[in-house]
Amino acid sequence: MASSTFLGGVHPYDGKDLSKDKPIKDVLPKGDLVYPLSQHIGAPAKPVVQKGDHVLTGQLIAEAGGFVSAPIYASVSGTVKAIEPRRIVTGDSVNSIIIENDGLYEEVEYPQRKPVEEMTKEEIIESVRTAGVVGMGGAGFPTAVKLSPKEPDKIDYIIANCAECEPYLTSDYRRMMENPELLIDGLKVMLQLFDHAQGILAVEENKPDAIKLLKEKTKDEPRIEVRPLKTKYPQGAERMIIYACTGRKINSKMLPADAGCIVDNVDTIVAINDAVRNGRPLMYRIVTVTGDAIKDPRNFRVRIGTNYHELIEEAGGFIKDPEKIISGGPMMGFGIFDTNVPTTKTASALLCLSRDDVSRMAPSACINCGQCVEACPEQLVPSHLATYSEHYNEEAFLKNNGLECVECGCCSFVCPAKRPLTQYIKSMRKIQLGKKKK
Amino acid sequence: MSELMNVSSNPHIRSKSTTSNIMLLVVIALLPTAGFGIYNFGTDALLLILVTVASTVLTEFIYEKCMKMPVTIGDFSAVVTGLLLALNLPSTAPWWMAVLGGVFAILVVKMLFGGLGQNFMNPALGARCFLVISFPALMTNFQTDAYTGATPLALLKSGGSPVLLDMIIGRTGGTIGETSLLAIVLGACILILFGVIDLKVPGSYIVSFVIFLILFGGHGFDPAFISAHLAGGGLMLGAFFMATDYVTRPITPKGQIVYGIFLGIMTGIFRLFSSGAEGVSYAIILGNLLVPLIEKYTMPRAFGVPKPVKEKKSKEKEGEAKS
Repeated sequence: MASSTFLGGVHPYDGKDLSKDKPIKDVLPKGDLVYPLSQHIGAPAKPVVQKGDHVLTGQLIAEAGGFVSAPIYASVSGTVKAIEPRRIVTGDSVNSIIIENDGLYEEVEYPQRKPVEEMTKEEIIESVRTAGVVGMGGAGFPTAVKLSPKEPDKIDYIIANCAECEPYLTSDYRRMMENPELLIDGLKVMLQLFDHAQGILAVEENKPDAIKLLKEKTKDEPRIEVRPLKTKYPQGAERMIIYACTGRKINSKMLPADAGCIVDNVDTIVAINDAVRNGRPLMYRIVTVTGDAIKDPRNFRVRIGTNYHELIEEAGGFIKDPEKIISGGPMMGFGIFDTNVPTTKTASALLCLSRDDVSRMAPSACINCGQCVEACPEQLVPSHLATYSEHYNEEAFLKNNGLECVECGCCSFVCPAKRPLTQYIKSMRKIQLGKKKK
Repeated sequence: MSELMNVSSNPHIRSKSTTSNIMLLVVIALLPTAGFGIYNFGTDALLLILVTVASTVLTEFIYEKCMKMPVTIGDFSAVVTGLLLALNLPSTAPWWMAVLGGVFAILVVKMLFGGLGQNFMNPALGARCFLVISFPALMTNFQTDAYTGATPLALLKSGGSPVLLDMIIGRTGGTIGETSLLAIVLGACILILFGVIDLKVPGSYIVSFVIFLILFGGHGFDPAFISAHLAGGGLMLGAFFMATDYVTRPITPKGQIVYGIFLGIMTGIFRLFSSGAEGVSYAIILGNLLVPLIEKYTMPRAFGVPKPVKEKKSKEKEGEAKS
């Protein structure tokens, strides 16, 4: 089948060779674990433990704070040391539960589950909700909410987002190579919820071995198809992957369900599988620790709450002085000024670069070259939007669809004048979205 | 770790392309044309090119020093302007005219409007038009030792027929840079291969100009007439190097095609119906003035955003009013 794609996009250096052949390794946390109460979109979770309580691995420590929210579970056994604000990757201080690890990893006993085939749709969604599964691609939208669209009959496609278009990231790739059956089983659970839906495993062409493996594993599955996608950033963005797989377009005011699609990332689908089949809450995630400043770039299975500093030590520490450390990929990740932050449900990578492009390149005047227009997957005119943001021209910004921006970073990446276009647009979007909420 | 890392908003990586790289590529792409001009017209041409480039770069430098602004001559944009202006001068032009043109291009057209990226008109063409209006005789003196006849376009206008091969190679009279089709196309290929320009503007410009010629040229589909118009004047240099100037062409993909078509039609009108033989520079600076308007009406529709329904409504209203 011809590979599908979208208009625009960029081809940055992908850096995946650093860690793509390194098997996933389990990391045991040494220090305290920090669980921010807001690791997802929606209301923060409410703590159900108090300082001094003893908790077991897999025990509920904070319950969902509303419909759009998610509970949080302890990923180690130990004692609740404090509930206080701690800094997270975005630089914000968020109220967090801090657990002192007793190093015993005593786990709660999970109740016996009935086979998935006998479960009702409500039971499946309820197990995803209680397990605290959120979109692990980065947004952190509670998955149970995503799985309960208004009109379930109108869902035609469940897309497993295996694109992993962000440079340097290999966590999803390793998952596909090492546990393809977990991914496929998870997709089958989701298909059970939607009778008319077809499952699509959408993989970028730069992972031919993963495509081959998944094709082999799904050859007897009539409802699942593997779809190779053209390698281009941001192929894994929700709107772009829906368009590439189905030819349907959605805008910022629509949900994937409006186009008959549900999109979930690899790790999320594996977590759904674990939650529904085994009743296990979300406690782990795969994190790629990589970059040219890291001695031994690797993929780790990390207990949520583990300090980033420990992950760097686990990867052999630094061989060069890092100039910039990014939580996530280089295109959409967060620059962090200090590694003393916890791994959250939405962490995907820790990228340590010895050279920071951004600080070395001074922005100059826009020469109207139009490269940002060509690169923008949303078909906007980023250079104009950035100017409107600079001048705080709300009217022009909104009229020219500034809110449609997905903040993918393509415009800043290509800009020969090195203007921080994405940053300008992002700031204005934040202001406008904030105003809308009020 | 006590040391704090750099932080910034995403993305954290940047492409290698920079403004000075792009401008340098344009300079390189202009070298075949300049080289052929020097070969064709001798040291006069070389001196004019050097004087013009020196005057544009110095003007920018002195202006920025006087205004206590950061000096930006390192981005090579002034070199491009100087080179383009020189290629648009006849080799017989006196040196003071080259200096005057360079100062006008940078000071009046570019810097006074805010410098690189802010000028609404191509500086080189603005200066050329200024010189043509101020010194018409000097600017159209194409009588050199090598060529004493009329330029191909003037010959065409008076009913003669220039030799095609001469125009392709460049053995004709004209400004320093416009005579050799071969050198210009070579430069254009460099720009296209390196992705500096694409064919939207030059393509729609040339195609619409040819269609205009067929319709209104009075010769119908006459390959000799059409090729003489294409190769015999400033059209190719204008289409590939000046109409494609980033700052003064529309940024929207659709707008670039509209702009190219406009240039083609205007060039056709000027060449066929005006008293002069040439019309490319006027067509392009007129097109420059229309850019904001073209951009306004050719904004791309954002991904997934439905077509505005306003048009239908207003049409319905019109229908109601009529009925």
